[in-house]
Amino acid sequence: MIRLSNIEKRFGDLTVLKGVSVTVAEGRVTALIGPSGGGKSTLLRCINLLEIPTSGSVRIGEEELAFQPGGKPAWKDIQRLRGQTGMVFQNFQLFPHRTAVENVMEGLVTVQKWPAEKARERAMALLHKVGMAHKADAWPATLSGGQQQRVAIARALAPSPRVLLCDEPTSALDPELSGEVVEVLGTLAAEGTTMVMATHDLRLASRIAHEVVFLDGGEVVETGPSRKLFTHPERERTQRFIATLTQQGQQGEGV
Amino acid sequence: MLHWLTLMADSLPSLLWAALVFTVPLTLASFALGLTVGLVAAVVRLFGPAPLAAIVRFYVWIIRGTPLLVQLFLIFYGLPSAGIVLDAFPAALIGFTLNVGAYTSEIIRAVIGSVPKGQWEAAYSIGMSWSQAMRRTILPQAARVAVPPLSNTFISLVKDTSLAAAITVPELFQAAQRIVATSYEPLILYVEAALIYLALSSVLSALQVRLERRLGQYGGFLEAKS
Repeated sequence: MIRLSNIEKRFGDLTVLKGVSVTVAEGRVTALIGPSGGGKSTLLRCINLLEIPTSGSVRIGEEELAFQPGGKPAWKDIQRLRGQTGMVFQNFQLFPHRTAVENVMEGLVTVQKWPAEKARERAMALLHKVGMAHKADAWPATLSGGQQQRVAIARALAPSPRVLLCDEPTSALDPELSGEVVEVLGTLAAEGTTMVMATHDLRLASRIAHEVVFLDGGEVVETGPSRKLFTHPERERTQRFIATLTQQGQQGEGV
Repeated sequence: MLHWLTLMADSLPSLLWAALVFTVPLTLASFALGLTVGLVAAVVRLFGPAPLAAIVRFYVWIIRGTPLLVQLFLIFYGLPSAGIVLDAFPAALIGFTLNVGAYTSEIIRAVIGSVPKGQWEAAYSIGMSWSQAMRRTILPQAARVAVPPLSNTFISLVKDTSLAAAITVPELFQAAQRIVATSYEPLILYVEAALIYLALSSVLSALQVRLERRLGQYGGFLEAKS
């Protein structure tokens, strides 16, 4: 279980998150949706502490960490929590100087000190899972965006994280390429991978997410099962936002 | 004409010897040490505490802002007045190291900064520590970008070591001067010395090309046409 309690995040005078609480059950997929600047990316990055919350607490499984304004958490505590997570970025962020399989091996070899052979075996199994085993020795620069993102998903999964965090995983991809990423994430969801994703992609959210959290202005406006929230949102603000997403979907990307 | 060629051939061994025993070791040692100083200085300026970063900035300001020849004179002829007496070779080594350190620190600072922030985040997201991220993710990418500007510094250094002649280091240029003093053939001897410097820096240029290719084999760079 992941529990974010009363998370506040300030950048100088700007308060990006105003006391957000979200709970994600094991094996469930939660989508964070909302307008740009609404705080969904920041909230996601507060889970693996790429951003340190100003106050509040983060709990992943048995590990918990509380934050106070002005207090800096110890590196060991950050690592303890971060070790429970894997992250997929909007722009993939593969290590360009390492081949696909080396990217997946990197965390196992460097951080977990696995022997290279064992790490390669696991990396190949993961590449197989995301349909990229045939490109194991390719440089990231030679792969398409969708292929890079699939390798990035394998890299994030390599250390067997308790939760997979996805920050706009399809936003940099055209509909066709994002389709292959949605498919991989869908398979993982079906296997019971716990995921939290920030996304604008209605196809991704509606197809994979069990729960949806709608964030605007740094606050949770509405939360609920995805089918209900997408079809019968309760709050007026949510209705307006969902309406724009659906419109976009009908005009441009297929839903 | 024949006289010139004989003179060149006769002086070649002593010039090469001076290059081999003084110019090359001085260049290699001060580049290696200077690069280390530069790396530390760059890391301090990017990640260190503000007072330390200010000290590094002051160091770079002084070294870049004063002539190398004056620095060498200060170290070799000036410091004895303060009770610090150095032999010529160590004095030159210190002078060149400080110089290389200042210039390369700016190069290294720039290339580390040129690696996208997302690469740090990707490294952190798989559990790497700062030093693991630096060593495994950031520096290898920064290295490829650093090769051309660092080669500039390296090649300048080979030629700048001729300034050590002025503080009595018997390197290549001083060897040429000494032969000129007895043969009265400055044109021939200085052309010959220049050709040896050219040969040395040509080796470095060739190494630069190979190193760029090797460090950039993962692609995504615009390659030079030749």
